[in-house]
Amino acid sequence: MEIPKELYYTQDHEWGSVEDGMMRVGITDYAQHELGDIVFVEFPEVGTVIAKGDPIGTVESVKAVSEVYAPVDGEIVEINEALADTPELVNQDCYGSAWMVVLKISDPSQVDALMDAQAYRAYVEAEAK
Amino acid sequence: MSGGQRVTRFPEIPEPLLNVRSAPGRNKRMIPAPFDASVVEGLSEAGGPPSLPDVSEVDTVRHFTRLSRLNYGIDHGMYPLGSCTMKYNPKIAEEIAARLARIHPADAPAMGRVLKCLKTLEQMLQEICGMDACSLWPAAGAHGELTGMMVIRKAFDIRGEKRRTVLIPDTAHGTNPASCTIAGFVTKNIPSGPEGYLDASALGQHLNEDVAALMITNPNTLGIFEREIRVIADLLHANGSYLYMDGANLNAVMGVARPGDMGVDCMHVNLHKTFSTPHGGGGPGSGPVLVKKELARFLPAPFIVRDESGGFVLRARPSEESIGMVHSCLGNVSVCIKALTYILSLGPSGLREAATVACLNALYLKSRLKDLFDLPYATPTLHEFVLSDARQKGRGVTTMDMAKALMDFGFHPPTVYFPLVVAGALMIEPTETEPLEELDRFIAAMEEIAETSREDPEKLHESPRAAPISRVDEVWAARNLILTWSDERIQPGEKGI
Amino acid sequence: MSYVSHNGAELRKILETIGIASPDEVFASIPEALRYGSPLAVGGPEDEESLRRDLAFHPSRVTFTGGGIHRHYIPAVVDAIASRQEFSTAYTPYQPEISQGTLQAVFEYQSMMAGLTGMEISNASMYDGATALAEAALMALRGKGIERIAVTRSTQPTYRSVLATYLAHTGQDGIREIPFDPKTGRVDLRALEESISPDTALFVQSPNYFGVIEPMEQIAEIASRKAGFWGVVITEALSLGVLTSPGAFGPDVVLGEAQSFGNPANAGGPLLGFLCTRKEHARRMPGRVAGLSKDSEGRQAFCLTLSTREQHIRREKATSNICTNQGLCALRAAVYLSAMGPRGLREAALQCAAGARYLMGLLGDRGIRPIFSGPVFNEFVIPMDEGKRAGLEKNGIVPGIPLAGWYPEIGRAVLTTVTEMNTQEECRCLADNV
Repeated sequence: MEIPKELYYTQDHEWGSVEDGMMRVGITDYAQHELGDIVFVEFPEVGTVIAKGDPIGTVESVKAVSEVYAPVDGEIVEINEALADTPELVNQDCYGSAWMVVLKISDPSQVDALMDAQAYRAYVEAEAK
Repeated sequence: MSGGQRVTRFPEIPEPLLNVRSAPGRNKRMIPAPFDASVVEGLSEAGGPPSLPDVSEVDTVRHFTRLSRLNYGIDHGMYPLGSCTMKYNPKIAEEIAARLARIHPADAPAMGRVLKCLKTLEQMLQEICGMDACSLWPAAGAHGELTGMMVIRKAFDIRGEKRRTVLIPDTAHGTNPASCTIAGFVTKNIPSGPEGYLDASALGQHLNEDVAALMITNPNTLGIFEREIRVIADLLHANGSYLYMDGANLNAVMGVARPGDMGVDCMHVNLHKTFSTPHGGGGPGSGPVLVKKELARFLPAPFIVRDESGGFVLRARPSEESIGMVHSCLGNVSVCIKALTYILSLGPSGLREAATVACLNALYLKSRLKDLFDLPYATPTLHEFVLSDARQKGRGVTTMDMAKALMDFGFHPPTVYFPLVVAGALMIEPTETEPLEELDRFIAAMEEIAETSREDPEKLHESPRAAPISRVDEVWAARNLILTWSDERIQPGEKGI
Repeated sequence: MSYVSHNGAELRKILETIGIASPDEVFASIPEALRYGSPLAVGGPEDEESLRRDLAFHPSRVTFTGGGIHRHYIPAVVDAIASRQEFSTAYTPYQPEISQGTLQAVFEYQSMMAGLTGMEISNASMYDGATALAEAALMALRGKGIERIAVTRSTQPTYRSVLATYLAHTGQDGIREIPFDPKTGRVDLRALEESISPDTALFVQSPNYFGVIEPMEQIAEIASRKAGFWGVVITEALSLGVLTSPGAFGPDVVLGEAQSFGNPANAGGPLLGFLCTRKEHARRMPGRVAGLSKDSEGRQAFCLTLSTREQHIRREKATSNICTNQGLCALRAAVYLSAMGPRGLREAALQCAAGARYLMGLLGDRGIRPIFSGPVFNEFVIPMDEGKRAGLEKNGIVPGIPLAGWYPEIGRAVLTTVTEMNTQEECRCLADNV
């Protein structure tokens, strides 16, 4: 199971990468594997202001629908339009081309509360038991 | 065709879509024409005939007959679907129900007899369930659940009590929480104990003044009789809450134990399960709601009552407290008449025999299968039981593979991946109408599947191989969403897509 | 009667295998205190002939009743196909490999309903038109910015009642009801204009409960300009055989009752709710839906799809709690539409309209005129006091459905319906006795 070292992680299996006050968000390898083949992805509109823990998207497979939650407070500035036509990218490249939204971070201190790769790996291994 | 010559019992596949055979002028039907239609030619604002295939009667009959041959039905063999009670559907019930065809519900003189029969059914269901009042209007089990939960909500609203939480065990059917949500409740999941029972002593921590009810299924979806149900009912009542029962598994206890005596305040039954009305490929079913006296006045309108002449009529709202209407008419009336026919056919001894043999048949299967498959709970069960794929998974064989393999033995698979408390669940309910040969045939099939999973597991990944089609790509279906034949992505012609 | 196959020897073998001495021991896990000690006080057991004798039902001689449930010609092939046990006893098609018959028939039903209503997609059925309306309202409320529901008062009263029951828990302050013009029986367009706004979902029935065809173009103009969501309600599906398909007016949903397609009146049910909408609403649409796919060898195959919205997966967040719907009734509708064809459906619809005009003519000759001046399809409202109506009924003639209970402002009147199942002689019989 892939868990890139440079990313941040949440307990709901989102990943975040931070650059210039922006956070790019997606779902982790563990999440896409649990969901199975992804058939549909949906996001709120660009410009939506959200709080940490608010849903910023829905990911649907044939056996489940899952919400994607915001790791931090912010505003949605970009959504990945490519996922509308090729939702399977989430299964193939969840950390790269299948990023989901870009948030403008409103409270940078919230980033410190997120897990790093090591903590996330431990968390996932415990959950799998 | 791939992989060489393939002999199949089903030469009809693929049966082209109906519109493929359409051509102008093929349909020669004579329509009854009692009136002179020339007076209304101008009415047709549509500018053209309705958008429908133009096919002959022979085309229609051949098309749908060929389609029917692609289906499995209860007259073919067993459907061991847990919590579905797929028992044999008596033909006499079909014959009797067909007599309703030409009666319009607003034909009051004709409806008198129908209402009398419906009233009789209400009374019989009350007797079987140990309840005080009944409404036959909900058109399915989920509809009955919704109605029952709305009745409970109304009972609190009238008293000025705002209670918004419903406790639901983790073994519950998905319609339970969904129905609660529509009725305006929030649901709280209650875990079952390690032996599969709801633990009454653990219930206390969840009870507070916001709890409106607990929804129980008894026996539960593990096939286990909730032995503490009376204690649970008492705890709920002491908390000012109600006990709702999902009656899907009533077949296990008919004539032996009554939900009303267990402390149930409100429940629904499924006529298309326990009372043997045919499943129809997805309905019509019927989900009557039954309540104790205290909740009777909240039941949905209208009500069947006797008028001055002693005949049966409908009254709109004898009490202002009814939740209102839940159906535009009287629910699935002919389904109710089929259930009445079934109950009268069996009588009290037959109903009890049905429950007894339903449990015997299930225990017979369990005793023969528990050494080959993982049995997650050693707890005694009644009319159904749950196995899992734990012993086969190590060789890469899943519940899905085993379910598809059963089709190659001529069976419909059991319920799979439910209840959620068992990973890879196989929920098996034979019902009382299965002959011993069919039970033995099922056991033999399961034994062979267990053996194949040891010797040649890869073979099971390819099943089904003897069904009309092989495994369907459900991911492709969901990604592409082709939901009508007008979709431009469908290539017209005999080969399908 | 018993449908248990086992004889004594077989039962003994079963008991031996389980390891119990008598059948009643299967209930050992049920506490003694909860056992019911007496035989159930229900009727039976009765043999089949006794059942045939005791359960007899007889329609009145002449009926002109409609109001949401309709008597129509049903080709013999419908019963012949629907009574095939492969269709009637089959379970829900969760295992597509052995349910292609049901699934393809559902797909074809969806296709025909979408085509007839002029919409893009359809679900596999709902319980009836009233619950279809309730579910459509919930669907609208789940969307962005819809806060209230408005419905015309001329929409079927039982539908509005069920809608109110379902909405009672959504925190709404009631359903906005749009009045009708007492002269024409059509919606009051000015009241309509004033009642709706972008936070409103509007539902309009046409032909309405009085049989009057609503001014759909004008309603569509107002709705598209002012409402956040709107839908057309159809209670007489046969009207789709001859009137402009509602999709042409641009609503978000077209829903209602399709019992007229191949399902008999059956003393009230089962009925056949339908709901059609646009592809963009597919994931918010309640109910089951069958989709096209392929199997592992590339053959045409159908399966239930979009299941993740449904109760068995989404549970408390589901788009609806519906599970068992009206599957066999939808099959009957598919066979009916196939058997009737485009010309047949249109002719049947024209006969209904012609019949209504024939009867209106006869009644007019006796000084009885419809109380509404609006154009009708096959139903109309005439004044009639309760004594006269009851008297006719006693003589085996049911002239229609009394309206005073639901519409006190209309008072003593009946809704009279004529279909291709009535005859000229029946019409003369009613007119002579009225």
